[in-house]
Amino acid sequence: MSGARPLLQVRDAGHRYGDRWGCRGVDLDLWPGEVIAVVGESGSGKSTLLGTLSQRLSLTEGSIRYRAADGEAADLSEIGESAVRRLWRTEWGFVHQDPADGLRMHVSAGGNVGEPLMATGWRHYGRIRAAAAEWLRRVEIPVDRIDDAPVTFSGGMRQRLQIARNLVVSPRLVFMDEPTSGLDVSVQARLLDLIRSLVAELGLAVIIVTHDLAVARLISHRTLVMKDGRVIESGLTDRVLDDPQAAYTQLLVSSILQG
Amino acid sequence: MSEGPSGYNIGYLDEQTKRMIRRALLKAVAVPGFQVPFASREVPMPRGWGTGGVQVTAAIIGPDDVLKVIDQGADDTTNAVSIRSFFAAVAGVRTTTRTGEASIIQTRHRIPETPLAEGQTIVYQVPGPEPLRFLEPRETETRRLHALADYGLMYVKLYEDIARYGHVATTYDYPVMVAGRYLMAPSPIPSFDNPKMHRNPALQLFGAGREKRIYAVPPYTDVESLGFEDHPFEPQRFDDPCAICGSVGVYLDEVITDDVGGSMFVCSDTDHCERAANSDTNTATANTATANTATADAVDTVEVTA
Repeated sequence: MSGARPLLQVRDAGHRYGDRWGCRGVDLDLWPGEVIAVVGESGSGKSTLLGTLSQRLSLTEGSIRYRAADGEAADLSEIGESAVRRLWRTEWGFVHQDPADGLRMHVSAGGNVGEPLMATGWRHYGRIRAAAAEWLRRVEIPVDRIDDAPVTFSGGMRQRLQIARNLVVSPRLVFMDEPTSGLDVSVQARLLDLIRSLVAELGLAVIIVTHDLAVARLISHRTLVMKDGRVIESGLTDRVLDDPQAAYTQLLVSSILQG
Repeated sequence: MSEGPSGYNIGYLDEQTKRMIRRALLKAVAVPGFQVPFASREVPMPRGWGTGGVQVTAAIIGPDDVLKVIDQGADDTTNAVSIRSFFAAVAGVRTTTRTGEASIIQTRHRIPETPLAEGQTIVYQVPGPEPLRFLEPRETETRRLHALADYGLMYVKLYEDIARYGHVATTYDYPVMVAGRYLMAPSPIPSFDNPKMHRNPALQLFGAGREKRIYAVPPYTDVESLGFEDHPFEPQRFDDPCAICGSVGVYLDEVITDDVGGSMFVCSDTDHCERAANSDTNTATANTATANTATADAVDTVEVTA
């Protein structure tokens, strides 16, 4: 029963830039199908934490254990780069804030969605193209744009394409770094709606970094609040946002403009 | 020091440099398709004119070797003639234009039509050794992709070709997988020649002088051109025979014959064309005039220079 055991177990994790800590002392358990939001102001270490968890940044101290699809839990700092890359290709997704970081901007939309499939050994052009078309449909991109490059897409379409590219290999865990900032509000709402339905449909575990408390409220089960590289408060999202305990969280919640 | 006839060390390069290149060659042969960095030297020709191939040839050539040099298949083009006479001068070796007689064949852009045999070595001049370069500009990243055999990226290129043109439009430097492990750029040979690399009995060495890389395919090694299951690799094909010698199933060059749009297709391999034309004059009669001028240049087949 893998549902009874956490997907990701983080203990005392920290990443250091030179002689400065980007984040430190983070403890976290992520369960299959769970969405955790990491909120905090700019420079609070949110993105550093996400980079460390996804092994894009090295783990300076502490440990991260990940339970793979075969049920085996392994310490990520011990399994080697080749195995981590295999996780990136097969079990993890990473949605960047700027789609240009996560897409090949001059390769067609179909090629972008097909690349993770080809990286995991798909060698049938027709099937790759069919899978890409199906995912474009799911993220509401017109299928007749399949041969157009993302440079010709709008910001919202690019972000949806990036999500399709990440989900096409049916990952179990997706990291998202501010996926909705940089988009205007109506596009944001549609994208959040899309993320929420895909997450529910596919049973994804997600760690989403955001500075927007409304995003956390809308899609996450639990929320971590970060300040100065430390997690200062964590709990169910509704509890954290409705009944903030830490002084900084109270400040953060009260800073929302009431419209 | 073993001084050659010209006053230079044999093969132009000094012995220490040749040892350095040989070490890189040994490593390259031991790990087929893997790009071995080497300390590329200056040779008396511009980078991009085959300095990598010249250094590899210089490192392996000896007094008993017979050298053939081709450029786009032809023995009589500037690059081929000058490299051939260079080695004739600095190594004192016999040179030839006959593929079957050569022990070392240095080539740019072609593999000869005459099948290579055991004991022969073919040296390719390589301008760009990294097949992933135009998809991934970072050298640190491409090296990591090779180390992890993470080659999904290369298929993106093929996918894009099929999506855009309906077929793989790459016709030269078509990427190959060597011994099931390393992705390799076969140098800009036409995809027509790719099948000849597969399990070839000759030793194939590749030198990229500007990019400072050496790689190799040992004899009888699997060399597979990439493709999709429903769009497999297909080498180029030519429907018409050579206009001079009448050969079919060979690689043809288009030669412009006048300034009103006239052209003809002839063998790019001049050695093959000449021998085919001599052995079967009937097929060449239709184009006698052109045949005479084209073969006249390649008549002196064996040059012995002291």
